[in-house]
Amino acid sequence: MNSKELENIIVVKELVKKFGSFTAVNNISFEVKKGEIFGFLGANGAGKTTAMKMLCGLLKPTSGKGTVAGYDIATAPEMVKRNIGYMSQRFSLYDDLKVWENFRLFGGIYGMSSKEIEMVTVKMLKELGFEKERNTMVKSLPAGWKQKLAFSVAIMHNPAIVFLDEPTGGVAPEARRQFWELIYSASQVGITVFVTTHYMDEAEYCNRVSIMKDGEIEAIDTPQNLKIQYNSSSMEEVFYELAKNRN
Amino acid sequence: MENKLQAVSTNNLNKGYGAQKSASRVEALKNISLEIGFGEMFGITGPDGAGKTTLFRILTSLLIPDSGEANVLGMDVVKDFRKLREKIGYMPGKFSLYGDLTVDENLSFFASIFKSNIKDNYYLIEDIFKDIAPFGNRKARDLSGGMKQKLALSCALVHKPDILFLDEPTTGVDPVSRREFWQMLDRLKKQGITIIVSTSYMDEALLCDRIALFKEGTILSCDTPNGMISSFENTLLAVHGENMPVLLKMLRKIPFVKSAYSFGAQHHITIENNSNSFNNDKTHKIMVQSLIEIITEELQKMDAPVFHINEIIPMIEDCYLELSSSK
Repeated sequence: MNSKELENIIVVKELVKKFGSFTAVNNISFEVKKGEIFGFLGANGAGKTTAMKMLCGLLKPTSGKGTVAGYDIATAPEMVKRNIGYMSQRFSLYDDLKVWENFRLFGGIYGMSSKEIEMVTVKMLKELGFEKERNTMVKSLPAGWKQKLAFSVAIMHNPAIVFLDEPTGGVAPEARRQFWELIYSASQVGITVFVTTHYMDEAEYCNRVSIMKDGEIEAIDTPQNLKIQYNSSSMEEVFYELAKNRN
Repeated sequence: MENKLQAVSTNNLNKGYGAQKSASRVEALKNISLEIGFGEMFGITGPDGAGKTTLFRILTSLLIPDSGEANVLGMDVVKDFRKLREKIGYMPGKFSLYGDLTVDENLSFFASIFKSNIKDNYYLIEDIFKDIAPFGNRKARDLSGGMKQKLALSCALVHKPDILFLDEPTTGVDPVSRREFWQMLDRLKKQGITIIVSTSYMDEALLCDRIALFKEGTILSCDTPNGMISSFENTLLAVHGENMPVLLKMLRKIPFVKSAYSFGAQHHITIENNSNSFNNDKTHKIMVQSLIEIITEELQKMDAPVFHINEIIPMIEDCYLELSSSK
């Protein structure tokens, strides 16, 4: 891929996911550009996780079309998986493995060579300042460290795009900010970041955000433009305004 | 007897995990002495591993302290644990209801183990439960995050406790539902229930009567939100500009900038005040003006993109960051 700034890395058209009679994702269309930090916001139960699972090739759409990193999410989910990183809030690392063993395991899954894995492990631990923790069991690390480590593991294979599902849920103010600095540096080396969060100050750190409600995308723009559009001084207010408008 | 009975009172509470003197030993709580009044809404905040959950588990009689004492509603958490458990409601951080039981079954189960009657106390949970009542036959594991949280709170309240312990009840909850949740807490407080709640959201800390900031097993500060804000001693400036990540790095390079953190659309930077240097508003204004000029100059030297600087009043989150980084 070349360095064309305006290239779309995610293209979604009229995507729908139904579970029985319930429509979790209702006809959403949007694009994410290469290198963007894209905030995927919405209330609990709005359909964010379902949409994200489809984009990661983990769930087959009912109808509509989506491509991620150039691959069709319905017909080539395995190729999608190979080109993305994913970090969920619930499951990230193996607690009973040492730090380096987690890198070794995930690197192996991503199909990296032993040499590559070792190089990346050394480099990433150095960047995090975790060199001393190489042989530490993951379960004995503080939660904030685990989170940073999980993020590094999610991007160790240098994916085109990384999906982060509420990476900072329950994380204290200081650690949240450190985590966002990691996101910024990933974005600066060209990795597209697709992130969900319930912290509205973090919505401001995104290049663009979308806000989902009842399975649909209600708004999509830069934080600045959304604040103007909804006549609000913060993203928090934009969120309330949107929630108020319908219902 | 002490002078006045408190809802919670602890004296030099200590709790550690792992074998004594082993390398993996962690002191989760160190000499915690704390008093919480009846009817108070008391917030607990702090980074991971600060000891918040350990404190909750000791106060709810689920964990025995290594040393020190803890009294809840006048009862000793170790000796009187049976009596105490009838009087407390506890919502753990991890969803702890029975996923295989339906919504109604969970509520009945908790009512029956406390030998209480749902009908009698329904007024207490009505506001919360009415949203999930239509899903009474749904298994708890199939509820959305927000509904699980409402069910968990209903179950913690069904025996009409005098004191409620909520361990990070709003983690993973969207802004609108969070606001609703806190409105519910406010109504419970008005019923006279003492509420102890931990949170990582600083806007929620602001809604408490008092907040304790924990770090590494100790209390760094315990005060009212206003008290905490007014004890912020340094000068606080907000900076915003075109390339925020680059701007943040530049601000951190300026030697007298004590800290620089991103705060949504702005960066907040603190500059240490020399003691007694501004004893009135006028000198303070002059001082701040010259600080802004110096920082502007420094940023221009680094070829900073277009930016703007102004002085601001600290928020709770500024106080948190200040306190937690100073020790």
